[in-house]
Amino acid sequence: MAEVQPVTLMDERAVERALARMAREIVERNEGVDDLVLLGIQRRGVELADRIRKSIEAEEGERILSGALDITLYRDDLATIGPRPVVGESNLPIEGVDDRTVVVVDDVLFTGRTIRAAMNELMDWGRPARILLCVLVDRGGRELPIQPDIVGRAVAILPHQRVDVRVPEVDGHLAVELAATRPEVA
Amino acid sequence: MSRPAFSLGKDLVGLEDLSAEQIRSILDTAEPFKEVSERRIKKVPVLRGKTIVNLFMEPSTRTRISFEFAEKRLSADTVNIGATESSVVKGETLVDTARNLEAMRIDMVVIRHGSSGAAGFLADRIPSNVVNAGDGSHEHPTQALLDLLTIRDKLERIEGLKVCIVGDILHSRVARSNIFGLLKLGAEVGVCGPMTLLPLGIDALGVKVFRRVEEAIEWADVLNVLRLQLERMKGGFVPSLREYNRVYGVSTRRLEKAPRDLLVLHPGPMNRGVEIDSDVADGPQSVILKQVTNGVAVRMAVLYLLAGGVPEKAEAAKTGGGVE
Repeated sequence: MAEVQPVTLMDERAVERALARMAREIVERNEGVDDLVLLGIQRRGVELADRIRKSIEAEEGERILSGALDITLYRDDLATIGPRPVVGESNLPIEGVDDRTVVVVDDVLFTGRTIRAAMNELMDWGRPARILLCVLVDRGGRELPIQPDIVGRAVAILPHQRVDVRVPEVDGHLAVELAATRPEVA
Repeated sequence: MSRPAFSLGKDLVGLEDLSAEQIRSILDTAEPFKEVSERRIKKVPVLRGKTIVNLFMEPSTRTRISFEFAEKRLSADTVNIGATESSVVKGETLVDTARNLEAMRIDMVVIRHGSSGAAGFLADRIPSNVVNAGDGSHEHPTQALLDLLTIRDKLERIEGLKVCIVGDILHSRVARSNIFGLLKLGAEVGVCGPMTLLPLGIDALGVKVFRRVEEAIEWADVLNVLRLQLERMKGGFVPSLREYNRVYGVSTRRLEKAPRDLLVLHPGPMNRGVEIDSDVADGPQSVILKQVTNGVAVRMAVLYLLAGGVPEKAEAAKTGGGVE
């Protein structure tokens, strides 16, 4: 499979605008910021959740509870993949998730398996009043009945293509890119 | 998105066989597992459906319970077998015991055994993962790993630290595993104890030898105080417990003379007033209970990494393993 140059689907400004709108949508859905918890999924979801949190805090003037979820230990393919993946840290606010609206933030929604794992982990942490799913990119291709509540952008792409969200903390810049790999030639 | 951790292979027999990267990988993996034990529901589904046998042919409380907690918090099913309740007393060999267990479709064996080399012996002969929980005076890798993790937690590094192991080095698998692990991660290692309890040629391993505990305390950043196994006294290795305490006991009076604050570790169970005084064991420099907490996290990390496994190797053991 030959990699060709990635195509930028959303540049920095476009991502920022999308995140700002998503932040407002979260507050609107929750009818305020009471009992709101933002949880980013490791790795890039954490950075996106942090940006959304800052945006809400600037707008509402209140501190928002936030944290990080690492779903590695809840993956459904642990028994089948080869060497063990590195486990990241889950950090939940000490206030907990019980009876709160938990917004799970991830970069790309694809099969839905990550979100299934995230929800299982959350249930082991407590009993949220409600879970909302917030993703920057919905690329379709679901394998489980899971749908997002708040979406930055929905894109329709082919199964062999890959969408990458880039964040400054990990990749040096903020963007959404289409890493178009050519279909394999038999 | 997820990068793979360093594979440990099929078994964990000793730190002598591991690379520095593999040891670091275990310590790094242990970090997130600490958090699991702080949850309200202390369980993650990583080893769901796996069966682990804890084969403890020698008495052990702390290590066995620590392994059992680790296994249960990873959702594995566990069975404990002790020497007195097993067919060993009826004359069954170790390999036969293990083969019978395998016939019941187990996935891992955690073994504690009185003979040095028992864990490696078993690992070569059965396809299940084997974890050494202490074999004779050979190695006790998970104890050394939890010691390393505790030191790293407190002092934020291993490299360049001076760590002195005090006590019965001769019979101690904990000492051996610690020496291998510490040296691989770049620490300087010293040992201190009566000549009767220091193995000949220990300096060939690259460790400093201290005859007097005062000198060790002056040199070290970390003291790992080993239990004086009381049965050693009968073997004539030390004249009396009182004398051992007077000459080698780690006391506040001795620690006060140290040029810097020392971290004091002890793998337990302690003989208060013999190798360590109560005011040290319960004092601010002691991280003994922290070691116990870290033990569960380190063992979870080891089980997690091993269960990823190397399937080819397990297959090879199944078909090509020797018959005793």
